[in-house]
Amino acid sequence: MSKCTTLKSSVALASLTLPLAWGGTAWAQDAINLRMTIWSANEAHLAMFDEIAAGFKETHPNVSVTFEPLPFDSYTTTLTTQIAGGNPPDLAWILETTAADFVNSGALAPLTEAFTATEGYDLSDVTEQATALWTKDGQLYAYPFSTSPFAIFANNDVLKAAGAKTPAELIEAGEWNWDNAFASAAAVGQSGKTGLVVRDFKYQTWQNLASIWNGWGASPWSADGKSCTFTEQPMVDAMTVIHKAIFTDKAMPGPGEDIDFFAGETGMTITQISRASLLPKENPFDWDLVPLPAGPAGEYAVVGQAGVGAFAAGPNAETAVEFLAYMTNAENSAKLAQFFPPARASLLNTEALAATNPLLSPEQIETVVIEGIASGTVLPGHTNFAQIQQTVRAGLDSLWVADADVPAALQSVCDSVGPLLAR
Amino acid sequence: MTSQSRKRPFWTIERRDAVAGYAFIAPQLIGTLVFVLFPLALVFWYSLHEWNVLANSFNFVGDANYQQLLRDPSLPKVLTASAVFSAGLVVLNMSLALLLAILLDQKLRGMVIFRTLFFSPVVVSLVAWTIVWSFLLQNNGGINGFLQMFGVTGPNWLRNPETAMLSVIVVQVFKNVGLNMILFLAALQGVPKELYEAARVDGASPFKQFRRITVPMISPTILLTSIITIVGSLQVFAQIAVLTQGGPGVSTTVLVYYLYQQAFQFHFFGYGSTLSILLFLIVAVLTFAQWQLRKRIVFYEN
Repeated sequence: MSKCTTLKSSVALASLTLPLAWGGTAWAQDAINLRMTIWSANEAHLAMFDEIAAGFKETHPNVSVTFEPLPFDSYTTTLTTQIAGGNPPDLAWILETTAADFVNSGALAPLTEAFTATEGYDLSDVTEQATALWTKDGQLYAYPFSTSPFAIFANNDVLKAAGAKTPAELIEAGEWNWDNAFASAAAVGQSGKTGLVVRDFKYQTWQNLASIWNGWGASPWSADGKSCTFTEQPMVDAMTVIHKAIFTDKAMPGPGEDIDFFAGETGMTITQISRASLLPKENPFDWDLVPLPAGPAGEYAVVGQAGVGAFAAGPNAETAVEFLAYMTNAENSAKLAQFFPPARASLLNTEALAATNPLLSPEQIETVVIEGIASGTVLPGHTNFAQIQQTVRAGLDSLWVADADVPAALQSVCDSVGPLLAR
Repeated sequence: MTSQSRKRPFWTIERRDAVAGYAFIAPQLIGTLVFVLFPLALVFWYSLHEWNVLANSFNFVGDANYQQLLRDPSLPKVLTASAVFSAGLVVLNMSLALLLAILLDQKLRGMVIFRTLFFSPVVVSLVAWTIVWSFLLQNNGGINGFLQMFGVTGPNWLRNPETAMLSVIVVQVFKNVGLNMILFLAALQGVPKELYEAARVDGASPFKQFRRITVPMISPTILLTSIITIVGSLQVFAQIAVLTQGGPGVSTTVLVYYLYQQAFQFHFFGYGSTLSILLFLIVAVLTFAQWQLRKRIVFYEN
C-alpha cells in the first residue's frame, strides 16, 4: 500500500468515527452520573445506598448514583485532593470535626429551600441540636445522617475474671461514675489484660478523649472557638485523672500499645454504638453496652456526627441536592437508621430503633441511643481543624510520659495552639 | 525532473538520523516534560498564590508565601529534624554498606547467600517493611520483648523523642543498605589486585592498603552512593507517615512530611508549594556541591 492510500484510508476512518464519537457525547449529556464519596466500605451499607439510588432512578431514569468508598484514615485529605485536582464528587460525607471548614467555605450547596420544597420531607422533624453544626446563618449546608452516641462496651468475662465490678453492677448500685469505672479498669489492667481503651484515640486522635473529659465539664476551646481552654481547671483535673489512669493505675494502655477491644482481651472500650457490628460472632463473650459514667460535673453524653452535603460548583449540583432530599426523606431516613443513628425525632423511639438494631436490648436503646442523641454534645470541631488537631497533638505528646507535669504540658498546648484559634 | 535533481533532497541522512534519535529519546523526554518539568513550573506558579481548595479561590499573593517561609516558627525545627535524619542516615548507611561490602568481598563458601540476604530488604515493599517494623518497635512489641528476656526494659521506641528519630533512621538504613552494599561490592571487585600485591611487597599494613588503595579507587562509587543516599534521605515520607506521623511533638517532622501536612492535611496548597520549592533548592544545591567536591577529592584512574 502506498503512503497516499494509507493517508486516505485513515482520513476516511476518522471521518466515519468522529461523528459517531460526537453523537455519543451528545447522547451522554442527558444522562447524569452522580458520585458520592463515603468512608464506609461495608457491603451492607453499600447495598442499602444502591437500593436508595435505585429508588431515585424510578422517578429520575437518567440519573444514576455511584458511591465511592475512601479509606477513613485519609478521608478528608483524599476528598480535598480530588477537589484540588478539579475532580470533585457531586456529594460527600463530611466528618463532624471538619464540618466548620466545609460549611463556612461556601463549597456546599444550600439545602434548606430544596428540603422544605420536597413533599413529605418535614425538615422540622430533624432535631435542631443535630443540625446546629451544619447550619450557617439559618441555612442548612449538610444533612446530619448519622448522630452516633459514644458509649461503653464492656466485656463482663474479662471484668469478672479480674474481680472487678461490671458496669451493670455499678449502675444497679447507683455508683456508675468515673472513679469506679477507672477502678474496675485498673483491676483488669493490673491483672495483665487491658482495662479501658478509648477506641481510635491512639494518642493521636485526642478529640475522642472528649468522651471522658466532658464529664468534668472540660472543653479544648471556648464556645466561640477563639481562646484555648486546655489550661482551665476542669481540663487540668480531667487530664490529671486520665494521666494517673494510664501511667499509675495501668487502667488504660500506654502510648504505642495498639489494642482492639473486640478481640476479647479488654475490660471496656469507649466507642460509638455503630461498632456493635464488630462484636465477635464466633466465640462471643458476655458483652454489655452502657452509657458513659457520670463525671464530677454530673451525667453527660457525647455524640459523633457525620453529615452529607452536595458541592455547589458541580455541573449537576441541582440534581445532587434533589437526590440528597430523596436520600434523607422520612422514608429513607428509616432505612439509614439501621446503620446510622438518626437525628429525626419521629425515629427516636424504642420501637423504631429496636427494629433496626437487633443486637441491642430495648433498655440499651433507651439509655444509650435515645438519651445519648437527645442530650449529647458533639465532638469538638473548629475551622482549620486539621492544623489545630496536629498542633494540639504535638503539644499533648509531652503529657503522655510517666513523669509529665500535667499543668505545664497543657500550658504548652495553649501556647502553640492559641494563635491558631485566635485567627 | 531537472529541477528536483539540482535541489538537495529534504531528507538528508543527517536529518533522518536526527529524527530517529529524537524519536528514540522521545518517551523519556515527554515523560520528563509532562511529569517533571511541567509540574515543577506549576508548583512555582502555585507558590505565588493562596489556594483555598474548599472555597475554590485561587488568588495571586506575590511573595507572601515566601515571607511566611521566613517567619514560620516551625520551620527551624523541621529543617533541624531533616538535617539530623539525613546526617544520621548517610553516616550509618554508608559506613554499614562499606563494612558489609568488605566482609562479603571474601572468597568464602556461602557468600552468595549472605549477599542475597542483605540485599533482600531492598526489594521488599517499603510500606510493608515499615509496618512490620512498627509492630517490632511498639512498646509491647518484638524488640522490647526480646530485650525483656535479658532483663532489660527497652524504651518506648517510637514515642520517646530521643529514640523516635533513631528508630526511623535505623528502619530506613536496614531497608536500603543492601543497595549501597552491592554498589560498593562491585567497586571493590573492580580494584586491580596487583595494587594490593605491590603494597604488600612494600610492607603496607591492611589499614594502610584500605586507606591508600581501596578508598581512592572506589571514590567515584562513594560519591555516587552519597548523592543517592542524601537526596533519598531528603525524600523520606512513608516511614514517618507509618511510624511516627511526625511525633512525638514535632521531633520527626522532616521537610517532606511537613510539606505533606501543609498541603494535603491543612489544605494550604500555596504554602505547601513554597515548601517544595525550598526542598527543590536544597536538593539542587547539595547535588551541585557534591559534583564540585568530586573534582577535588574523587580519584579517576584515567
